[in-house]
Amino acid sequence: MKHEVIVAGFGGQGVLLLGQVLAYAGMVEGKEVSWLPSYGPEMRGGTANCTVVLSDTEIGSPVVSQPSCVIALNLPSMEKFEPMLKPGGRLIINTSLIDKKAERADIEVVEVPATEIANELGSGRVANMVALGAFVQQTKAVDFTTLEEALKKVLPQRRHELIPLNLQAIQRGAEETK
Amino acid sequence: MKVVFERPQALSDVTTHYCPGCTHGIIHRLVAETIDELGILERTIGVASVGCSVLAYDYLECDWQQAAHGRAPAVATGIKRALPDSIVFTYQGDGDLASIGTAEIIHAANRGEAITVIYVNNTNYGMTGGQMAPTTLVGQVTTTSPRGRDTKEAGYPLRMAEMLATLKGVNYLARVAVNSPANIMKAKRAIKQAFTVQVEDGGFALVEVLSTCPTNWRLDPVEALKWLDDNMIPYYPLAEFKVSGEVK
Amino acid sequence: MLGDKVLMVGNEAIGEAAIRAGCQLYFAYPITPQSELPQLLARRMPEEGRVFLQAESEVAAINIVYGAAGAGARVMTSSSSPGISLKQEGISYIAGAELPCVIVNIVRGGPGLGGIQPAQSDYFQATKGGGHGDYRLIVLAPASVQEMVDLTALAFDLADKYRNPVMVLGDGTLGQMMEPVEFGDIKAEIPSKPWATTGRKGRARNVINSLYLDPNKLEEHNWHLQAKYRRIEGAEVRYDSFNLADAQLVVVAYGISARIARTAIEMARADGIAAGLLRPITLFPFPTGAIAQAAEKAAAFLSLELSAGQMVEDVRLAVNGRRPVHFYGRTGGIIPTPQEVYEEIKKLAGEEVAK
Ligand SMILES: Cc1ncc(C[n+]2csc(CCOP(=O)(O)OP(=O)(O)O)c2C)c(N)n1
Ligand code: SF4
Repeated sequence: MKHEVIVAGFGGQGVLLLGQVLAYAGMVEGKEVSWLPSYGPEMRGGTANCTVVLSDTEIGSPVVSQPSCVIALNLPSMEKFEPMLKPGGRLIINTSLIDKKAERADIEVVEVPATEIANELGSGRVANMVALGAFVQQTKAVDFTTLEEALKKVLPQRRHELIPLNLQAIQRGAEETK
Repeated sequence: MKVVFERPQALSDVTTHYCPGCTHGIIHRLVAETIDELGILERTIGVASVGCSVLAYDYLECDWQQAAHGRAPAVATGIKRALPDSIVFTYQGDGDLASIGTAEIIHAANRGEAITVIYVNNTNYGMTGGQMAPTTLVGQVTTTSPRGRDTKEAGYPLRMAEMLATLKGVNYLARVAVNSPANIMKAKRAIKQAFTVQVEDGGFALVEVLSTCPTNWRLDPVEALKWLDDNMIPYYPLAEFKVSGEVK
Repeated sequence: MLGDKVLMVGNEAIGEAAIRAGCQLYFAYPITPQSELPQLLARRMPEEGRVFLQAESEVAAINIVYGAAGAGARVMTSSSSPGISLKQEGISYIAGAELPCVIVNIVRGGPGLGGIQPAQSDYFQATKGGGHGDYRLIVLAPASVQEMVDLTALAFDLADKYRNPVMVLGDGTLGQMMEPVEFGDIKAEIPSKPWATTGRKGRARNVINSLYLDPNKLEEHNWHLQAKYRRIEGAEVRYDSFNLADAQLVVVAYGISARIARTAIEMARADGIAAGLLRPITLFPFPTGAIAQAAEKAAAFLSLELSAGQMVEDVRLAVNGRRPVHFYGRTGGIIPTPQEVYEEIKKLAGEEVAK
C-alpha cells in the first residue's frame, strides 16, 4: 500500500505539523515514510504545503506528481492541488474556509468543516487535526491509536498538555466523515 | 482640495513583501520622499544588499544594482567612480553591513567615498530566520543564540555608527529610529541630510536606522515598537555623530 | 519495530551525525536552505561541551576551520551555494596544506544570488576543485536523510584518513525533508595527528603551509597530492544501483535526482522498458569504472541532474563515446516530477533501445 499525500493551507494553519504527525505515525507502524515541506524566505504570508509518502516498500521520489490524496485547508490550496490528484484520488477540503465545490468528477471529495469544529472544541488551531482525523478515517493509512504516540513525538514536551485536545479534534474529524 | 497623503513618485505602486508591522517599509518611504524632494530620481542608482530588503529594487523607482552579501559599498564605489555625477546609495541590513560586509563599509567610509548608506539595524538576520547578528543585544535570544547572546562567546553588540565616526573620510553620520511619529520625522531629516551631502559633493554619509523585526522577535507589531524603545535605544543612542565632517 | 528510529530533517541529521562522529568544533554563517544545521548545533554543541561559533562571514568560517584543523581537531563547516563560493579560497589553502575537515553544501539555485530552492548546479565546483590550483575534494552525495547521517560520519573518517577536505553535497530538498534515521554505532575514532601545530612540546616543529616558492618543490608537492587523489580513486569509489543488470537505458543520477529517477524507472519497468539506475555516492572519486562496465551492455545513458548539465560530462568521459549519453535536467530550483522523467525515459527508449 502506498499513500502519497499533499497537505496545503495558509502558513500558520499547521499543515507542516499535520504532515509530521502522519509521517511519524507511519514510521511507528514500521512503514517507509518521507515528509517534504515547501520552504521560503522568513517573511510571512503566503501558503505552505508538505508532501507525505507512506509506503510498504522503499520510497523513491519524495516529490509527488500525482498525489493519492490532497488535504486542502484553504481555497488557494484546493485550486492549486486538485488538478494534480490521481484519478480516483481523494480530496479532503476544509469547507469552513472553502466555499467552492471541487471541479473534478473522477475523484472522491470529502468535505469537513474543520475550522468550525476546531472552534467548537475551543481552539481554531486544531483544524489541522480535524482534517487529519478525516484523512485517517477515509484512508485507514495509519491506525488511530498510533496518532497519540506520534503527537507525543512531534509536539515539544511543553505542549504535551495539548495532546488530549488534538486527539479530540482527530476524533471529531473522523466521526464527521464516517 | 489639498492632498495630504500622496505616494512619493520614487515609490513604486506595489505591495511589499515585508511582514506586517515591519518598519523596512517606512524607511523605503523616507528614502523615496527624499529622492522626490531633492529631484534626483533620474540620476539616482540604488544598490540593494542581501537581506529582507533585497527586493528594494521592486519598491523604489530609480535604477538599481543588486550586490553580493556585504559588498554593496564596493559595488556603490564602482558605480560612483564610473559615474561621478550620479547619486549612489546602498540599503543594507545589520547582518549585511556589520557582519559579512565590515571590510567594505569601513574602507568605503575611510576613502570618503561619495555615497549614501542607509543602514537598517534590527538586531538580527531577518531574511534567514532570526539568527544572531553582530548587533544582537547582550542576552537576546535568537535562533543561533538559544541561551541568549553570551559576551564570552560572541562579544558585544557592534555600534557601527560610533565606530565609523572615528574615520576622517566620513562627512555625515547619524543614528535614528522609526518607531514613533516623532522619531520618524527625525529619521527623515537625517536621511535627507545624508543624500544632500552627496548632492553637494560632500563625501561619505551614513544613517543607521533602528528598525523592527516583529516576526523574528516573536512580538506583535506594537510590542515590537516598544521593544525597540526599551531595549535598542538605550544601547544604541539616537544622535548625529558627525555633521559636515565634524564630530559632534 | 521502531528500534531507535527518529524522524529528522536532513540538515539536523547531519548535525547529530557530526556530534556522534566526534566533531569538536563547528563554524558557520546563516544561509537558506541549511540554517537548521547551525541552529541545531548552536544548541547541541555547547550541551556536549564542544564549540559552536557563528563567524562574521563564510570567508572567516572556512579560515577558522583551517586554523582548527591545523591544530588537529575534528571540524566542520556548512553553507549553501553562495556561501560555498566564498569559502573557495580557504578550501584551496586547506587542500594545499592537506588538512582534514568536513564541508557541507546544501545546494540551491544559482548563479549569483540565484534562489533558495534545491539545485545540483554546484557539481563542477565541488568535483573539479572549486578554487585555484590542482586539487580535489572527496565529494559524498547522500540521497536520503539516513545517508546524510552515514556519509557525514564517513566524511570525517575519510578526511582524517587522507588528510583531505571532504564535501557532503546535498541540496535544499534533502536538507529540508524528514525521513526516519538511525544513528547506529557511529564511532568517533580520531587518529593521532603528529603533524598538527599543538605546540612543540619537545618535538621538531610543525608548520602548516601551502607556500612553495621553489617551483621544483611545488611541483613535487603537486605530484604528491595527485598520487593521493589516485589512491582515493582506487579505494574509495562508492555507488549504488537499481535494476541495472539488464538495463538497456541506464539513468545516472545522484542525490535527490536519483530518488526521482528510481520512481521513474519503476514506472518505465511497469511499461516493459528495461531502464536501470546507477547512482554515484562518491562524486569524486567518480564511478567511472562502473559506468564503463555498464556501457558494455546498455544501449544508451541518461544523466539526470538539477542543473543545465554538469555530471553528464563525467558520464560521457566514462562511456568514452561507446554509447550515446543524453541529458535531462531542470534548473533554478525546479524539481522534475517522476512523471516527467518517465516520459523522457520512454522517449529515449523509443529512439535508442529500438535501434
Ligand atoms: C554569501 C552569502 N551568505 C549568506 C547568505 C544568506 N543570507 C541572506 S539574507 C542574510 C542576512 C540578512 O540579514 P540582515 O542584513 O540583518 O537584513 P534583514 O534581513 O534583517 O533585513 C543572509 C545571511 C547569502 N545570501 N549570501
Ligand atoms: S523577517 Fe523581520 S526584517 Fe524581514 S520582513 Fe519580516 S519583520 Fe521585516
